Parts: sequence; C-alpha cells; structure tokens
Amino acid sequence: MAAAGLCPCRALLSGRGGALRALCGAVRGLAAGPETHFGFQTVTEAERREKIYQVFESVAKKYDVMNDSMTLGIHRVWKDILVHKMNPSPGTLLLDVAGGTGDIAFRFINYVRSARERQLQRKLKNHQNLSWQEISESYQEDKFKLLGDSQVVVCDINKEMLKVGKQKAQHLGYSEGLSWVLGNAEELPFDDDKFDVYTIAFGIRNVTRIDLALEEAYRVLKPGGRFLCLEFSRVSNPLLSRLYDLYSFQVIPVLGEVIAGDWKSYQYLVESIRRFPPQEELKAMIEDAGFLKVDYQNLNSGIVAIHSGFKL
Amino acid sequence: MSRCPRRPPPPSSAAAPGPSARWPPRPGARGGLSGPVPHARLPAGSAGLSRAEPPARDGRSGEEEEEEEEGCYQLYPGHIPTSPLQKALLAAGSALMALCDPYRHDMVAVLGETTGCLALPNLRDKMKHHPEGYRILQERPRIRLSTLDMSKLRGLPDGSLGREYVRFLEDNKVSPDTRMPPKFVDDEELAYVIQRYREVHDLMHTLLGMPTNMLGEVVVKWFEAVQTGLPMCVLGAAFGPVRLSARKLQVLATELVPWAIRSGRNASCILNVYYEQRWEQPVESLREEIGIFPPPAVRV
Repeated sequence: MAAAGLCPCRALLSGRGGALRALCGAVRGLAAGPETHFGFQTVTEAERREKIYQVFESVAKKYDVMNDSMTLGIHRVWKDILVHKMNPSPGTLLLDVAGGTGDIAFRFINYVRSARERQLQRKLKNHQNLSWQEISESYQEDKFKLLGDSQVVVCDINKEMLKVGKQKAQHLGYSEGLSWVLGNAEELPFDDDKFDVYTIAFGIRNVTRIDLALEEAYRVLKPGGRFLCLEFSRVSNPLLSRLYDLYSFQVIPVLGEVIAGDWKSYQYLVESIRRFPPQEELKAMIEDAGFLKVDYQNLNSGIVAIHSGFKL
Repeated sequence: MSRCPRRPPPPSSAAAPGPSARWPPRPGARGGLSGPVPHARLPAGSAGLSRAEPPARDGRSGEEEEEEEEGCYQLYPGHIPTSPLQKALLAAGSALMALCDPYRHDMVAVLGETTGCLALPNLRDKMKHHPEGYRILQERPRIRLSTLDMSKLRGLPDGSLGREYVRFLEDNKVSPDTRMPPKFVDDEELAYVIQRYREVHDLMHTLLGMPTNMLGEVVVKWFEAVQTGLPMCVLGAAFGPVRLSARKLQVLATELVPWAIRSGRNASCILNVYYEQRWEQPVESLREEIGIFPPPAVRV
C-alpha cells in the first residue's frame, strides 16, 4: 500500500482514480484528505490549496512584472492569440476564471470595443440619406453602448490578485462591463447556463481538482458556449525541451529571487508546469466533463497550448 | 509522505525569522575543545539539482529519488540548494538590483552569500584558530531581541558596550531581528559564520561610532571589507559612495576611509569577540583591545 501514496499524479487528477484515492486515504489513516502534489512535493489536498493561496498572495504585486521578465513579454502575445481565437462579438458574456490581474478581461474589452466601433461604422455607412437629426439620434442611442452589452466577470480565489486587478483596471481606465468576483473554480458562485464563453488562462494548473473545475465550467456555460483554456503544456521536441528545462529550472527561480524576493514561489511555478497533464490527457479530461469538438493548438512548439471545447 | 520531508516554503523570504528558527549548537560542543567535528557539506559541483527530468516521466522511483535528494540537501532551515550556474546568475542579478535599488537589503545579502565562497572559509578558519572564536562556533550564539535583555542593557552605565548598543538601536530605529537568514550558502557552518557577521554588523556601527545613513554605512563597509575580505563588502565599499554628495565624498575620502582602513588592518578579527559576554565592558576599552583607532571628530 506504500506504493499507493506515490501513484503518479495524473491518476489522482483524472478522476478515474477516485476510488483508489479514497482507499489510500483510508488505509494510511490520513484525516486531512487524499494526497496530491505541490510542485515536486507530495501533500494533502487541503495543504495544497493553502500553499497555492500563499504563493499567489505573495507574488500578486509583482505578478505582471515577473510574467514579463520570465517570458520576455511573450505571454502578451499568447493572451492576444487566445482572445483572437475567441473572436468575441459585441454582446458576449465572458467568465474569466483565475483571471486575477485582469489580462484576459482587458483584452476582451478592447477587442469587443473595436468590434463594436466597426459595427457602428458599418451601420452609419449604410444609412446614406439621413437628416442631421436622425444621425445625431443614432449617435446618442449608441453612445451608451460602447461595448454593446458585452460583459466580463473576472473570478479568482485569491483576494490579493483581485485587488491588484482592480487597481490595474482603475489605472488603465476600464470600468464598464467589468465585474470582479471572489470564487473557487471548483465551486463557482454562478447559476447554470449563464455565460457564452469561459476562459481560464494559466490558472487551471493551480486548481487542485481539475475535474471539478471542468464540470463547473460545463455547468455555467450556456448551450453553444465555448470553453477555452490557455496553459503551459508539454514540449515534444527533445532539443527545445532540454533548453526549456534548463531555462525553467536555472533561470526562473533566480529571476523570482532577484525581482520579487521570492525564490520558492517561482520554484513551485516551474515544478507545477512539469506536473501538469500534457495536451492529449487534458483533452481527454475536457471531453470527460461533457464538452464536444475538443481540440488544442500548440503555441511555441508546446510550451503553451490553447484547449477549446463546446457545450452542445 | 516522503522519507526525507521537504520543509514547507516560508511565507515570505524577506520576513524576519521567528524565534523558532533555531541554530542548533555543534553536537558534543559543551565542555571544552573536543576537536573538529565533521559537518554537513554538499559535494563539490552538485549540479545534480538541475532536475531536467520531471518525476512523472521517470515514474515512481524517480519521484521518490527527486524528493529525497532535494530534502536531504537542505542543510539548515531556510537553505535553498543551488547549482553553480544559479549562483552565478544570482550574484550578477543581485549586484545589479542592489545598485539600482539600494533599499533591497535582501539583494545585498544574497550577493554576500553567493560570492563569499573564498572569504567565508577564511573567516571560519580564523575563528577556529582563536579560543574565543572557537567557542562562538561551538555555542552558536544569536543576537536578537528575544535573546537580549533590553532592560538590563539599558540599565548599564553610559559608555559600556551594552548601553551604547541599545542607544544605537534606538537612535537609528533599527532592530537586530531584521537580518536576513542565509539561503544560498552550501555549508551549514559557513551559513552560521555569515549569519554571525550580519548580526555583528550593528555592533560594528557602535564600535566605530557610525550612524546608519549612507555615509556611515559606507565607512562600516570599508572597515568590514578590510576585515573580512567578503566581495560583497568590497563592492559595497566601492560602489556605495556613488550616491553621496561631493562634500560627503570629500570627508569620506580624506578622513573616514583612511581611518577605517587603518583600523581594519590593525584590528584583530571582529568575529572572534564574544560580544554577548562583554556588555559591561566600556566601548573604549573594547576598541583598544580589538585594535580599532578612535573615530575622527567629524559629523557623519
């Protein structure tokens, strides 16, 4: 039974090992719950949630600076690609889970705003023989709908990350169509069939029960709704993989120490990336939750992957 | 759980260590010179911590090995094992960051740890070959608010080490508990040596009569550079003055630095003094004993 405690993380996470997990817990007499991983350590689920909360509490203020330094700004491109893939039209209701500092939310608002402007311009072009009165009226009624009823709800489990996000929104001038909710991806505080799109960018890796998060995603999406997940994934190219490992383990914790004064959190970050299921396995998990037409797109040879699925 | 349990990460590496961060005295230390005891040390060139293969690929055995290796290499509370490449990157990064933002004391500390690989063994040997220094290495005293009896020290006569030290702490509003614990020193004894050096720093200020403004700190750094040979002190002494005004630079160059260098050379090793047993000793007598010349009469 000693081996049971060391079963590979994927079995624990896939949900198929639920019964096995319960057995391990019972036999080893652990009151605190089943075992899971925190980076390369083995911990209970309760401990893992607590540790991850502390990690993000401590990195919140330097989160954006660190993202830029670690990825040399490339994370911005990844997030842009995600929103482009989403291609939201005005009137879309987006739920951005683990959206902390608001990167996806702000990009969504920008995208929808420019789509809305194009829409308005097209409308005006088609109205050729209007009187000045009618034109000014059409400007007025559209003035208050710059976003065209689009809305984004940013949900995060961590208060500090939300705080940083709200400050950023204020600083950058985002107020309309944006709301901030404290919530757990494994148990969302929303009703069924509410959202058009659900995104989770670089967040699902930190969720303790990924299967529950996927089920919740399925629940809160409207029929026809889309699930999008942007996350670090497995690099298959062996040469690139070695360079990536070298960079991850040698440079990133050093950057964490020098820039944020926090080695351990960034050590956790690179370890958690290695522990996360690869593309095909995540695709299977998403299908298990009930999504259809599940697919993934590798960015930068698999350093990052966007998984997409539909609730049909 | 794993056989060699890894400690949970501290909430913030910049936080002051609580009283629970004990420094265990050397085993078999009490009762005289019992001879050198072998201590925990990493094998040279431990680049095996590169962790290039994720445990999931290697299966169970890889995962177990990984955790054991990692856990057993943690030589003291707060120790983070690092490869030579990581140390080099840390040294460069912390030097740059300390220059850009002088309030990042943690960067100065990291610079000291990553570049002290030659100077620290030197210091440790100096301590070993001196009776008082040897005792300090065995007993491992710590200077912190929880171990100091502040009211007793305040009650000592003016001019005594204890009274002047407390006066220094209060005037400059500093506390001995803000010294960063070592993280990147791969030898448990050397980690204590650098911790002792950090804790004795405030006493240096007291003995040299220097406040904690930029000028005072630079003077103390010159003294410490000569005394310890730590590259971090040398760099601090060389680059610290760039932020000073011309007038202060002049005072520094003409009076303070020559005095600091002369005193540093003349004085015996400052880590070989068991300060905790000398609170009652007058500062001037201690200065004479160590070999520090009286400070020049300049306003710092």
